Amino acid sequence: MSEALHNYLRQRQRLRPVEALPWLLGLAVFWLFPDYLAFGAQVLIMILFALSLDLLLGYAGVVTLGHAAFFGAGAYAAGMASAHLGWHEPLSALVLAGFSAGVLGFLAGLVLMRYHGLTLLMLTLATAILLQELANVNAQITGGFDGLLGIAFAPLLGRFEYDLWGSTHYLYALAVLFVMFCLLRLLVYSPFGQSLLGIRENAKRMNAIGAPVYWRLVAVYTIAAAIAGVAGGLFAQVNAFVTLDVLGFHRSGAVLIMLVLGGAGRLYGAFWGVVLYMVLEDQLARLSPEFWEFGVGLVLVLIVLFGRGGVLGLLDRVRGVGR
Amino acid sequence: MLNALISIIFDGLAYAMILFVISVGLSVTMGLMGFVNLAHGVFAMLGGYLLVTLMQHGGLGFIPALLLAAVLIALFSLLFERFLYAPLYRASELDQVLLSIGLVLMATAAMTYLFGPSPVAVQVPDYLSGQWTLGGRVFPVYRVLMIAFGFVLALVLWLALERTLLGARIRAAVDNRRMAEAVGINVDRLFQLTFALGSGLAALGGGLAVEILGLSPTFASQYLVLFLIVVAVGGMGTIKGSFLAALLLGVIDNGGKYLWPEGGAFFIYLVTVAVLLFKPGGLFGARAA
Repeated sequence: MSEALHNYLRQRQRLRPVEALPWLLGLAVFWLFPDYLAFGAQVLIMILFALSLDLLLGYAGVVTLGHAAFFGAGAYAAGMASAHLGWHEPLSALVLAGFSAGVLGFLAGLVLMRYHGLTLLMLTLATAILLQELANVNAQITGGFDGLLGIAFAPLLGRFEYDLWGSTHYLYALAVLFVMFCLLRLLVYSPFGQSLLGIRENAKRMNAIGAPVYWRLVAVYTIAAAIAGVAGGLFAQVNAFVTLDVLGFHRSGAVLIMLVLGGAGRLYGAFWGVVLYMVLEDQLARLSPEFWEFGVGLVLVLIVLFGRGGVLGLLDRVRGVGR
Repeated sequence: MLNALISIIFDGLAYAMILFVISVGLSVTMGLMGFVNLAHGVFAMLGGYLLVTLMQHGGLGFIPALLLAAVLIALFSLLFERFLYAPLYRASELDQVLLSIGLVLMATAAMTYLFGPSPVAVQVPDYLSGQWTLGGRVFPVYRVLMIAFGFVLALVLWLALERTLLGARIRAAVDNRRMAEAVGINVDRLFQLTFALGSGLAALGGGLAVEILGLSPTFASQYLVLFLIVVAVGGMGTIKGSFLAALLLGVIDNGGKYLWPEGGAFFIYLVTVAVLLFKPGGLFGARAA
């Protein structure tokens, strides 16, 4: 590798001071808004879910309409292990959730990554709905339409009890998000991550220079599924309740919208998009659900027509004009 | 047993015809432009609401209102095509998906605002609402005519596509857009025409569906997946494919829900996955998607 390229790559993955900001804000929220911690934990979980989609969509360029399949798989894995098997230790249950979703993602990826375009979109969509129907039919183990009850988890690390205001849950979710984010950041700047960008930009050429495109895609699909599974497991633990809508098309669509709103393919887009979407939804949907839904639709249309790159893309351009 | 079978097939056929009338336009436009359009159901929904409005406030009869709604939506869809879809013909499928999801959300919200969240009904004229008895069995006239209309429409569209110059142009453009342009076919103009026709048919289907499927603001998102599945399973850009896929999926969906109410929706997705795994371009697709 040439010296200049080496320096460039090193420069790009260097930690910038501004990257501490989301985590400082995350901690600040804990002290400043103690009443919103339960909601905050939901936001953090959604950020983790959006990050897993970002790896798939933003980095590898795989468009999926069924990513909730893996979120749901993780949620049901952790939930059912707790409700039926008495697996109450939270951290190992998260590993179980990620592993289950990862296995499912690997199996699905083996098949799905051979397709692209409309066929892939329809296959991801249909797979997620199939999984949802499967959960609905097997109501004796999943709780079906009524939801899975009886989920309970032991205190975190054996010491920290969960309180009504969700402060333990909030810090727990923040810590899990931080760890997963660090792993993701390492991953996207690794040679593997760079080869994903290559596949996104031009899969044919990547094949031509000898990159195993299919296996790279299967690998990234598996990893993204596992991370989504961890987010789902966290969701099951924090809410102590899992319903069929964790697998629904609505969730797959919503996370896609949030990611695009923030800006895909840049890791921090997931933070911006999810926080913006969920906080606005919390405030506006209460005033008028129709107004909120119409607004989301309008913003999506405007982003596609005029504002590629979401909020972060917009910031980039504002900075570009200022220069 | 026989009774159940007959009613599954009969109701399934009526349902399948609705699917066909709404999806056929989507199939041809997606075949022409490869545009991943999740918002096609919006035109069906708008057609349904326009029908209801024209009948209630315009004092029109069912058939005139239905036809007028289809024509108006077809014209209206041209605006959509010019200002929203055309800029994205060469964009990524992600952009196309996002744009059309945005349109579905806006349409759903607008219809909720205008008509309220609960389903609306339509007053079908007397000559359509009766029943016919055949061999001791009772068949609702509306559904019988719906099935007949579906078959006639499929035949007319098929003849138009196979036997007219316009049809030949469309087939040429679906097969090879560049070559078609090279021999002087204005594919953009062709696309506008088929887009308007397809949207008009969707509006017609939406109007016809009110009596059978019901109509509420969630119509576009509720059936979005189904219309896309018909196109994907049948293959883009083929009328025969859409027709047979609609028949297959309509009857299977209806039968599945009849025989196994809790898990009935399972079957069509299973069929969809199976078909797409082995034939990625759909059953009759001219090319792999």
